Amino acid sequence: MARAMPTQRRVAYTALAWIIALLIFFPILWTILTSFKTEAVAIADPPVFLNFEWTLENYRIVQERSDYMRYLWNSIAIALGSTALGLIIAVPAAWSMAFVPGKRTKDILLWMLSTKMLPAVGVLYPIRLILIELGLLDTKFALIFILTLINLPIIVWMLYTYFREIPGEILEAARMDGAGLRAEILYVLTPMAIPGIASTVLLNIILAWNEAFWTLTLTTVNAAPLTAFIASYSSPEGLFYAKLSAASTMAIAPILIMGWFSQKQLVRGLTFGAVK
Amino acid sequence: MATQHSRSAARIMMAPAVFLLLVWMLVPLCMTLWFSLLDYRPMRGTFDCCEGFANYVRFATSSAFQDAILTTLIMVGGILLITVIGGIFLALLLDQPIWGQGVVRILVIAPFFVMPTVAALVWKNMFMNPVNGLLAHLWEFFGAAPVSWLTEAPLFSIIVIVAWMWLPFATLILLTAIQSLDSEQLEAAEMDGAGPLSRFGYIILPHMARAITVVILIQTIFLLSIFAEIFVTTGGGFGTRTLTYLVYQRVIESQNVGLGSAGGILAVILANFIAIFLMRIVGKNLDK
Repeated sequence: MARAMPTQRRVAYTALAWIIALLIFFPILWTILTSFKTEAVAIADPPVFLNFEWTLENYRIVQERSDYMRYLWNSIAIALGSTALGLIIAVPAAWSMAFVPGKRTKDILLWMLSTKMLPAVGVLYPIRLILIELGLLDTKFALIFILTLINLPIIVWMLYTYFREIPGEILEAARMDGAGLRAEILYVLTPMAIPGIASTVLLNIILAWNEAFWTLTLTTVNAAPLTAFIASYSSPEGLFYAKLSAASTMAIAPILIMGWFSQKQLVRGLTFGAVK
Repeated sequence: MATQHSRSAARIMMAPAVFLLLVWMLVPLCMTLWFSLLDYRPMRGTFDCCEGFANYVRFATSSAFQDAILTTLIMVGGILLITVIGGIFLALLLDQPIWGQGVVRILVIAPFFVMPTVAALVWKNMFMNPVNGLLAHLWEFFGAAPVSWLTEAPLFSIIVIVAWMWLPFATLILLTAIQSLDSEQLEAAEMDGAGPLSRFGYIILPHMARAITVVILIQTIFLLSIFAEIFVTTGGGFGTRTLTYLVYQRVIESQNVGLGSAGGILAVILANFIAIFLMRIVGKNLDK
């Protein structure tokens, strides 16, 4: 925006934007602050904002009390596992759709997207049944596999939109110089595709980390990730605000930071290229 | 351009993704379809074939279904209203040359990355609790009686929680759309004497129209399957049972798989109506 704006108006807009932004961010800020309070301070009336004695006690208790580490490990394994598996399946598919498009490429892409729109609850029981029969209910393996399938359309789409931006002439030049398919992928495409792949990975980790339908309905103890761990604070533990806050802060902090880095990719990934 | 060789290679490379998604889509869906025609209640050991459409009739004529549809419509509609209008307003504001724009953006976008169970529980306990919640303190400060949000206005409360999580999404996408607007157009309009309102109504809003449609459609698809937020706040009680939650309860909690599966198929059909519109828009964009 190159338009000149009177300073007065700029100050007013700035103030308004900051007030609204802080209001929107406030629940997160309040959770983080509360996680450093003692339980007594956390429910103090009137509420205490900043002037309290900061403590790390809650973090220690949450760790000890509830095998937090196991839930954390499950979340990491599921998010990273499903992302890795998704990439292995999606990269070749997106590559071929972007560089060797056929008559039906567009239909296949749209069809893939349509699988994403299937309401999960419609297939919940069969999936549970299949997992029980296979002895895979409440295992990380099952969740990794299911989250891979859920996010596969988004991964393929994102990679496709990135790959399509790589100019085809470069490929032809490589081919003329005698590069085979393997060399083409390894030495020409891969280096150019890495930024796109990186943002796809980032978005997919975020989506998998926060997924809260399958992780809640298909796990009980062994494979339960942080989404389920937090859900167990529903009540009465949820009334211990400081501990709830500490657990929540630990669950959202890594993703919050990753999310801030992936704002732009988020738009592309979640609108399937319809808004750029 | 593509040789025969690379074409068949391409097919092989696409195969795993297509095959997996095909199986993922067809197998469970066919099972649900099959179950929906049965009297299938595992707890009682019934697995009787061929009720025909009895489950569908029973599910669709139950008052629970009608309530669930109404609840779903109010919930999705309410969230859409808040996020789209709020998103347009915020996008316009963030597009202005304000100081600290980067930080403001980061603050506004943050709720989208919060895990649904965390968002719901933090709001439920730390904000909406009638005794120790922050909103109760605020109400008391102004001399009003604290409200027990999740029992007195449960649907509204869940709408607020989910809208808080999705407002950043709408804002971010609409902001991206506004920023792609050619500023010369706006300057020309300004010079021709168009006021801010007519600039918004005749230039900015039409330019954003497609992005707004995309936001509405994508959010609708995600919002139709809201689960965790209801699961940890009201558990489907107090008139917050959406279609998704009703099907979940029938299938998992009361283990009436036949009936629940019929509901699941109805939910799939409902979602497909919306999906078709979204696919059209996305498909058009692919041709460019």
